[in-house]
Amino acid sequence: MNNILLYLIPISLCLGGVGLAAFLWSLKDGQYDDLRGANERIVFDEDEPLPDRHNPES
Amino acid sequence: MGKPLPKRDGQPEVPVPSFADGGISAEELILSSQSLSEGLLQTTIFIPDMHCGGCIQKVERGLGALDGVEGARVNLSTKRAIVKWKKSDRPLPLLETLRDLGFNASLVAPETGAKNRTMTELVRALAVAGFGASNIMLLSVSIWSGAEPAMRDLFHWISALIALPVLAYSGRVFFRSAWGVLKHGKTNMDVPISIGVLLAFGLSFFDTIKGTEHAYFDAAVMLLFFLLIGRTLDHMMRERARVAVKNLMRLAARSAQVLHDDGSHEYVSVSKIQKNMRIGLAVGERVPVDGIVDEGQSDFDCSLVTGESVPQPKLVGALLQAGTLNLTSPVVIRATATEDQSFLAQMTRLLEAAEMGRSGYRRIADRAASLYAPFVHTAAFLGFLVWLFVTGDFHQSLTIAVAVLIITCPCALGLAVPMVQIVAARRLFEKMILIKDGSVLEKLCDIDSIVFDKTGTLTLGKPELSNKYDVKPLHLSVAAAMAKYSRHPFAQAIVAANDSQGEDAIAFTAFTEIAGFGLEATSGDDIFRLGRTEWALGKEDGLDEIGAGSKTILTKNGVLLDVFRFSEVIRPGVRELIRKLTRSGLEICILSGDDYGAVEKLATELNVSRFEANMHPKDKVDFLNAMTARGRKVLMVGDGLNDVPALATAHVSMVPGNAADIGRDAADIVFLDKSLEAVSHILNISHRANSLIQQNFGFAIVYNVVALPFAFFGIVTPLVAAVAMSASSILVVANALRLGRKAASGHIVSSTSVKNSNALAMKREGVL
Repeated sequence: MNNILLYLIPISLCLGGVGLAAFLWSLKDGQYDDLRGANERIVFDEDEPLPDRHNPES
Repeated sequence: MGKPLPKRDGQPEVPVPSFADGGISAEELILSSQSLSEGLLQTTIFIPDMHCGGCIQKVERGLGALDGVEGARVNLSTKRAIVKWKKSDRPLPLLETLRDLGFNASLVAPETGAKNRTMTELVRALAVAGFGASNIMLLSVSIWSGAEPAMRDLFHWISALIALPVLAYSGRVFFRSAWGVLKHGKTNMDVPISIGVLLAFGLSFFDTIKGTEHAYFDAAVMLLFFLLIGRTLDHMMRERARVAVKNLMRLAARSAQVLHDDGSHEYVSVSKIQKNMRIGLAVGERVPVDGIVDEGQSDFDCSLVTGESVPQPKLVGALLQAGTLNLTSPVVIRATATEDQSFLAQMTRLLEAAEMGRSGYRRIADRAASLYAPFVHTAAFLGFLVWLFVTGDFHQSLTIAVAVLIITCPCALGLAVPMVQIVAARRLFEKMILIKDGSVLEKLCDIDSIVFDKTGTLTLGKPELSNKYDVKPLHLSVAAAMAKYSRHPFAQAIVAANDSQGEDAIAFTAFTEIAGFGLEATSGDDIFRLGRTEWALGKEDGLDEIGAGSKTILTKNGVLLDVFRFSEVIRPGVRELIRKLTRSGLEICILSGDDYGAVEKLATELNVSRFEANMHPKDKVDFLNAMTARGRKVLMVGDGLNDVPALATAHVSMVPGNAADIGRDAADIVFLDKSLEAVSHILNISHRANSLIQQNFGFAIVYNVVALPFAFFGIVTPLVAAVAMSASSILVVANALRLGRKAASGHIVSSTSVKNSNALAMKREGVL
């Protein structure tokens, strides 16, 4: 039983850590800056790709 | 604004910048942009009307299609668009394009990077603490359900490994603040928190090494998590108010048009203006620095600066203070001071002096902590001594001390205040009142006197035609036809009062506006004049029958047709408000820079016995200081530049949304509604919030009194500590939420309709 715990606990911690890292990344990326805008943008029917946030030229 | 006025001889040629309605010249645009890289500029535009996905697309496509624009990105939450564009010689019609698309827009000062760092740090700390707390709690649950000693030790070690980085990262917020006040020999709420968390971790770590039964890692990390929730909420409230206030910013005179001797002119930022520079001032612009009129003459609206409500005519040689608004005709002024010597700068200095003199307010939570912390620490220390004396077991005694610290750690207290305050702030937000800081609500409860400014606060700062029904409709429509070409407040009041639709009464062939006197219009052989009595009649006699007061007259070929009288528009709801406030025992005063007669008239009308007229900014500060010296806690409500030092002196201060920029920065509360009802709303809500805070404190004290003996006698295990802590926090939060519910059911009839109309108006203002 101890053996299986040795695998499971690191795995669960890693999965949790991945979730945490993903959240921190999305925060840094500005995904929570405009929640109301994101609501609306999902229905856009763009012919061309959406402007890239980091480089609006495209 | 209507059609441009025909030019008159002797009027200085001021090159009119490419102003659109509420628009901005190319030079202004560059000055208010942020330079990203070589030739690439970034401008933030505030567009209050955006409310849906269609608007996003319209704005982004409309701006993106402009020549020279690299990209436009809308943020719907803050109602802003960020535009990146290449610098070129041609003006970029950003605001004009938006207007053509049907949006009102204004520029916002460029953002600096530092603004949101605290918020990001708090959210990150919260995420890390949440991760740590949930994982450690999972491990703890298996320990509590009875793990074997070997397993328990393993789980303790894993918990310690998780807790250490979490404390180091998420705990910084508290440790930093606690260390900051400890260095100065004071305490705040963060001191017992930091000591409790660190001791709990230290002892648990020690126990883990020794392999004993109990470890408090879960309690330490959960405590941090709960407290960080409170801290983050508190910060979110302030952040929202800050963004909303920032959106209100209109461009003050940040640049000016300097005329060189060789006839050329250029736009420079106000800070670069030197003494004796000649500055062209178009109609509708504010005077950038103190100066004298060099060429031309015009009427100036000084209300924001002096509190006087009637526009002042200024001739060549007259002194102008920075911040006054040019109303009727373009003039050239000569700067007599640089920006940092100007009236505005003097106000800023008075403001700084006032803020330094303001005794530092200690938040209720910190005051509670200064009583609470010594008590808890003494209790823990006593517990330690007693157990050491009775059992002689050092480790056992230390465990008791830590249990006392953890069980009494002000977890509920840390949530008690911010939770109530954020619910209160939300309720106020619905009523279009923004508070800058939660402590404002605490301070408002001490208020026993209210000082109002007159112009712009009790009154709306613009005149209204008071004898509309005495004036013949024909005369009114003739006057309105003339007046619509002028920006003079009296003229605009006449236009507003004229409700006859359709064609002008008379077709005029020529117009002139003579600054300081009035308007002259020609129709066939007849000359109509609308303006000052002596000038319109063309003679000195016949004045008596017209009487005194704020008025203007209409004449035809020097024969009196009608008299128009004006009174200041009192803000809606002021009478009821003053009555209500007086009845609830508050002392009301009116301070004004306006002349005695005008102030007395208003004071009598509102039934206020204490008023002071002809007050300079310094006098207002002295007046407030004198009141404070008598032990009074004053709420100051004002709007003008001349009120700014007084706003900073008062215990709490409040300004309407149309106040001067610097006033909005200095005040604690900004209300966007036209009605002064805001004052009574905020007093009401702050009292309710405070009683809830006190209830929460009372609850926390009862909880501690009950829990302390258990900890003291060593009955508290980590399981008991975790349950007690969570339960008390949930109770406190639930109690705070009652504020929202109670208020909703309190206004039985009007609440929904008021809420809806307020929300609509907020949408218009673009704050929501």
